[in-house]
Amino acid sequence: MSGDPSVRDAMLAAVPSLRAFAISLSANVDRADDLVQETLLRAWANIDSFEPGTNMSAWLFTILRNLFRSEYRKRRREVPDSDGSYADSMKTQPEQSSRVEFEEFREALAKLPSDQREALILVGASGFSYEEAAMICECAVGTIKSRVNRARTRLAELLAIESIEDLGPDRELRAVFSGGGS
Amino acid sequence: MSERKHPARPEGAIHVRSSSVRTSPALNRDIQTKIGQQLRAVYDDIVDQGVPDRFVELLRSLDRDPAKVTKEGAGGEGAKGDEDPTE
Repeated sequence: MSGDPSVRDAMLAAVPSLRAFAISLSANVDRADDLVQETLLRAWANIDSFEPGTNMSAWLFTILRNLFRSEYRKRRREVPDSDGSYADSMKTQPEQSSRVEFEEFREALAKLPSDQREALILVGASGFSYEEAAMICECAVGTIKSRVNRARTRLAELLAIESIEDLGPDRELRAVFSGGGS
Repeated sequence: MSERKHPARPEGAIHVRSSSVRTSPALNRDIQTKIGQQLRAVYDDIVDQGVPDRFVELLRSLDRDPAKVTKEGAGGEGAKGDEDPTE
């Protein structure tokens, strides 16, 4: 029953991207790691329902998402930890200017509705196809596509507005916004 | 005598619509590219952290004694029953 090293290895291999997904959902590293742990335990306990040969990573993402959803429903009001939690998790400290952009981007990302955010991350960062993302989110492929599009549009709006207001430190960006371009 | 009236010229509507579109397509493309890059940067930053020890430990112990670990790990809420009221 248990003790299949290939299953264990596949789970281990999925942990880094599971964490990235969990952190983007919960915006809290500790909570995200608890989610990942719970996901691994569930997966292990239900390994019989995993179809060998199918995408282990997508299966784990589905479990994690369901856990997050049910936990979210339980808590009702989401209290995203303000600053710090995300930044603390960062391995590398980017240079000052890109650091500012990094933070702005994360703030904008956090403002998206959660269904749009998860769709964008699954497709744009986790590398899943629209079909796989639809499976993970248990919705139609068309729904994923429109969520991703709306997420991109909204992000573009948020980032454009913020950049114009700030006239941030990034000269290139400023040039783009002042119509300089190339 | 074809008196052409334009009772419902859509010009006004078109005008409104075009002025509400603020970003040019080129700018939009720039931003979209940037969004893609930043999204991956944020994500990969976490992915690059690899597998924290706790998960290596967890899976190792699942391998050894799945029943025990599952009870300990998933029974977080049940553990409240152990509260000592005499504290």
